[in-house]
Amino acid sequence: MFLVLLVAFLILGGGAGCSPADRADLVLHNGPEPETIDPQILTGQADGRIASALFEGLTRFNPTNGLAMPGLASRWDISPDGRTYTFHLRPEARWSTGEVITADEVVWSWRRAVTPTTAADYASQFFCIRNGRAIVNGELRDASQLGAEAPDARTVRVHLENPTPYFLELVASRVFFPVPRKAIEQQGDQWIRADPLPCSGPYLLEGWRVNDRFRLRRNPRYWDADRVATERIDILSGDNPSTALNLFLKGEVDLISDRKIIPGELGPELAQRPDFQRFDYLGQDFIRFNTTRKPFQDARVRRAVAMAIDRSRITARITRMGERASAAVTPAGTGGYEPPAGLPWDPSAARALLSEAGYPGGRGFPVIEYTFNVGSRIYEQTGVEVQSMLREHLGIRVELRPLEWKTYLAEMSALNYDFIRGSWVGDYDDPMTFLDIFLSDSGNNRTGWKDSRYDRLLQTAAAEADPRRRLGILRQAETLLVEEAVPVTGLYSHVGLYAADPRKVGGIWANRMDEHPFFSMRRLRP
Amino acid sequence: MRSWIARVALIPVMLWVVATLGFFLLRAVPGGPFDRERAAASREVEAALKARYHWDEPLWRQYLRYLGNLARGDLGPSLKYRNHSVNDLLGQTVPVSLSLGAMAFGVAMGLGIPIGAVAALGRYRWADRVASLLTLVGVCIPVFVLGPFLILVAGLWLEWLPVALWGHWNHAVLPTLTLGLYFAARVSRWMREGMQEVLKSPHVQAARAKGLSETVVVVRHALPVALLPVISYAGPMLADLLTGSFVVENLFQIPGTGAFFINSFFSRDYTMMIGMILFYSLLLQVLNLGSDLLLRWVDPRIRA
Repeated sequence: MFLVLLVAFLILGGGAGCSPADRADLVLHNGPEPETIDPQILTGQADGRIASALFEGLTRFNPTNGLAMPGLASRWDISPDGRTYTFHLRPEARWSTGEVITADEVVWSWRRAVTPTTAADYASQFFCIRNGRAIVNGELRDASQLGAEAPDARTVRVHLENPTPYFLELVASRVFFPVPRKAIEQQGDQWIRADPLPCSGPYLLEGWRVNDRFRLRRNPRYWDADRVATERIDILSGDNPSTALNLFLKGEVDLISDRKIIPGELGPELAQRPDFQRFDYLGQDFIRFNTTRKPFQDARVRRAVAMAIDRSRITARITRMGERASAAVTPAGTGGYEPPAGLPWDPSAARALLSEAGYPGGRGFPVIEYTFNVGSRIYEQTGVEVQSMLREHLGIRVELRPLEWKTYLAEMSALNYDFIRGSWVGDYDDPMTFLDIFLSDSGNNRTGWKDSRYDRLLQTAAAEADPRRRLGILRQAETLLVEEAVPVTGLYSHVGLYAADPRKVGGIWANRMDEHPFFSMRRLRP
Repeated sequence: MRSWIARVALIPVMLWVVATLGFFLLRAVPGGPFDRERAAASREVEAALKARYHWDEPLWRQYLRYLGNLARGDLGPSLKYRNHSVNDLLGQTVPVSLSLGAMAFGVAMGLGIPIGAVAALGRYRWADRVASLLTLVGVCIPVFVLGPFLILVAGLWLEWLPVALWGHWNHAVLPTLTLGLYFAARVSRWMREGMQEVLKSPHVQAARAKGLSETVVVVRHALPVALLPVISYAGPMLADLLTGSFVVENLFQIPGTGAFFINSFFSRDYTMMIGMILFYSLLLQVLNLGSDLLLRWVDPRIRA
């Protein structure tokens, strides 16, 4: 019996080699185990954080504001029409294994991303590059038709379909990271497990234990290695928020990088503490209406429901983190844009609309279901609140339909719902990242709503070179979306939260993109 | 002897049944591994993703492919963790769960057997009371209350032990106790009942009548028989402990298999889910067999 105990202790001690005395210089809690850290394949935020420690794009995010700054490219030129970008790679840009990172390799990596067989979910980020959409959609079989070329070993030239004001930020995002061609050609999909893994970012992958941690060490061949202040970083993976909080409170974790891994019910209280940082985040919660079946086939009914929901009650009673109540889809301030106000809270106008649609006082209105995904107190309470507001103001009976995550997604995609909770987190700081969800042919639309006027407005906006006029057209499109057709109505914009004591951890700033690059991060005192 | 061979031979059959049931039942659940919040970039991309995992083939062929791989010991790629195979994930996490389980088993037996035995002897009333209280508390307090309580007291207030993670021996103390105490309480109950029963039995009376000392009577004659109920429960109990407790591993952020039991279903990671079920079934069969063999060795009545 006690032999068993002894043996077990030996296994435990021998297997890990991560004793507390062995604490890394900086320890982060990153939330759930990443699904993959392959820059072109990954989609999750936790996944992206690891990838951005190991790899870098031609540009990288400025830690103070989330905007693009020089990365593997030291500079770039933009043609007057805003459609051609020429990036100049740094001569000192090298893989950690010693090889030079060439312009050819950058172009090869981008072709890898758009080739359908790579199965990159984020390949849509390349739609702004000439032929990107056609290749991803399988209309063009030859990925070398992508509008990106390498005129010489250190120059990458990109031809865009449209002037794209956020293109430099796109290039800083994971799916645009160059990846080591030789390793991938030799090892295929499993290249990411290669040892040593060729890295281009500030850190090297020293260890990876599933559901435990990634251990990173400073990459001496990183072009900006002198600025990297931290020698060793441990990035923990785990999905219990209370445990993450315990570790943080005990000082075993210096930074909790994701709101999802901070206990939701404590959010409003924790946000008051000096070691928790609250910020406006590029995300929005909204309600989708199923426009393909009764009663939400009728835009008047959708508008009536949108006007009967008092969003400020939801933010004041349920979310309680200072979220901005908003009936729009784009959070205010995204890319310098001011969204339309959306339909106002106006129960009497809502009642008038409902009776115009044939349901005076809610008479004859079918019982409808509000679908949401389980797992958050906020979604459930929002459902209850919506239920009571619609009963009170419109005389409509709503039943709540909580679904487990994958079932919820499947039902939403199959348009098997009446109205349903939804949310979106922007991929780049521009309203387009929210508005293109509701294009007629978008796989993320999930409302059944198709409107050629809306599609045309987004097309016109994309082709518009003048930034002010462009935002004006986008505003027109969003007005159509959230005030007239209303296949979707906003609830509130997200508030982000991360745990880091500014007296202990430096080089990290709150920004809308929630981008916290590792090259600048450091522990100020032990 | 023949019956033992038959039992061993049945193990692969049982695994095949489990794999088949798992394969088809999981496909009947709504939602699949490729239903994601963000739709794939295009239909082509989605089709390519499915083709990669042979989802473009008819179900029967996928099943045969799965069985074929299984026969070679390959549990397939994880459908969620794209850089890992199921074998790889189990290979990384099983040793962790095994060591935690073994330690908790040690606590369960190491505490449960003496406490139960002493309580049954009834020589000390206080011992009986303490044992009953421990047993009651151990059985009644669920792991998800005991764990946070231990973390709060020993981790956050007294700062004696780490609140989570896995690596150093001191990481193991709280999770081992959390997981082990409940089973210790159950073992002590089985032990106490077994012992009380045995002490009344004729062979113990006979031993006493021979004039043997009470210690010899208890240790040589009563204890082996009193252990029988404990041994017969030990197999399934060990299987429970070794496959990792989701609650304890999640609470202490221990990189064992426990997380996959729950999460692989929620993420519809079918291959991982079936891998877990197979692993659990196999362990259960082997340990049941083991505890039956042990019983046979300890208890001459079974051999007859």
